[in-house]
Amino acid sequence: MTATTIDAIPTARSSHRRTWAAWGMILLAPYVAVLLVLVAYPVGYGLYLGANPASYRRLFADPIFLTAVVNTLLFLMIAVNVKMVIALGLSGFFAVPRRWIRLLLVLFILPWAVPSIPTILSFRVMLNPENGMINQQLFRLFGIFEGPPWLTDPWLAFFCAIMVHIWKSLPFWTLIILTGRLAIARDLYEAAAVDGASRWQRFRFVTWPSVAALYVTSTFLSMIWTLGDFNSVYLLTGGGPADSTQVLATLGIRYLRNNSLDLGVASIIVAMPLVLPMVFVMVKRLSKGTEA
Amino acid sequence: MKRWLNEGALVLIAIPVVLWTVVPLYHLFVLAISPPDSVLAGDLWPAQPTLSNFVTVFRQQHYYLSNFWLQLGNSFVIAVTTGVLTLFVATCAAFAISRLRAPGGRTVMNLALSTYLIPAAFLAVPMYKTMGSYGLLNTQLALILAMVALSSPYAIWVLKQASDKLPRELDEAAVMDGATPLQIFRMVYLPLMRPSLVAIGIYALLLAWNEYLYAFLLLSSEKAAPLSVGLGLFLSADDSPWNLLMATGLIYAIPPAVIYYLFRNTMTSGLTAGAVKG
Repeated sequence: MTATTIDAIPTARSSHRRTWAAWGMILLAPYVAVLLVLVAYPVGYGLYLGANPASYRRLFADPIFLTAVVNTLLFLMIAVNVKMVIALGLSGFFAVPRRWIRLLLVLFILPWAVPSIPTILSFRVMLNPENGMINQQLFRLFGIFEGPPWLTDPWLAFFCAIMVHIWKSLPFWTLIILTGRLAIARDLYEAAAVDGASRWQRFRFVTWPSVAALYVTSTFLSMIWTLGDFNSVYLLTGGGPADSTQVLATLGIRYLRNNSLDLGVASIIVAMPLVLPMVFVMVKRLSKGTEA
Repeated sequence: MKRWLNEGALVLIAIPVVLWTVVPLYHLFVLAISPPDSVLAGDLWPAQPTLSNFVTVFRQQHYYLSNFWLQLGNSFVIAVTTGVLTLFVATCAAFAISRLRAPGGRTVMNLALSTYLIPAAFLAVPMYKTMGSYGLLNTQLALILAMVALSSPYAIWVLKQASDKLPRELDEAAVMDGATPLQIFRMVYLPLMRPSLVAIGIYALLLAWNEYLYAFLLLSSEKAAPLSVGLGLFLSADDSPWNLLMATGLIYAIPPAVIYYLFRNTMTSGLTAGAVKG
């Protein structure tokens, strides 16, 4: 793909190359500045702050930290897999060519399109065990006098946070997998139909092989972002009751606000063995397709 | 018969999907039109729906809302500035990497991708310290810069992929006509990339408008803060006026929702193009 037409004029070509390289560096400069000033420096500063072994001893002695680690791992395993499986299934539903399903998709995207603050706080008020709409309706419709303690029971609150996270991010992943599905050539399905393939066989032998790579990439990406999801926990439970639903993303901020910056940084560095391999794999996966 | 069964199955899937999506949004709306005394009544529809909450919000007649208009304006300024800056930084970088094949471009691309993959809540802690040491804490510039740093990696990645798809012959033809790189940038690249540029500008704008964590960390002063921080104030008490919060929240949620629906075709094609390659 090199500029073959310009080969005819060798001298012009090398000077042209130099101009292009110079302009390339000039145009790259703004982002390099952003990268240095706003990413490299904070990361380096964080590593410097996190270099004190005493912080880690204090961190591991903090029972909330251990809760947060367990919660984070559970959150990742449950939220990501449930979300991706539902997204895969729903993408099949939204791929059905019907006008009303296309309109429904527009509605379905809303949770992703609107900001977290009002919607998650809406969940918070709605799930209030005493005066939230859910429990009051349970009482009125089914006579359940004391509805589930949604946000005051540690486990229920944790699962509610997972639910809110899924509510917020499911549309995005459904859309991504739907785009992958719609890119599958129609004649593959026609050929499968001619061969008398069942619905399951069509999924297993046509759809799945075509979206498997996308599904894996999406799962990894979703894991990384779920790890950084502060809003679902903070806005719904505030990490409570009694810090039982803290995850690493909220705990770091909690330390920061309690003036224990070193613990905040340490709690993040502790998560790096989990994050860095994923980042490495993802950078390779994502840049593979782009470097033609 | 089989066809009807099929349609029936589709409707059976659609019902829970609609309920799941709509219930929290509906609840938000119901609270926003509930008078103060029926906020905690748990009704599916308020006995006396009212728009007075919106009037209270517009007149800033509550302590939490005393800077409503200012904060709405701040949100707007921060979002637009982030959108413009991201667009500038990312467009230049994508052009340099994809069309000019700038030396080190590949490395920068990989670094950008790794930045994109750092969980935002993790970067927030050192970012807070960094803004402190730059002396920018509690300025809108701090939030804008942080949002540019968060949004530009994805922006560059999407724009680079879109740009890679433009035929090289265009550049060659322009070079033969004696065009400089800047002229190619302006007359070939920018016009052809317009749909992707719109998508990316809106992406960065919405990201900044919706941001809460970085906003309350970097920008807590009431006069400079965006509306998301103002809404976060309601969290400080258990008996906050939720009806006012939801009315404000509804106003806050409408611009991104409208922008999304106006540009959704551009957005989905522009933004999923990259991810689908997987």
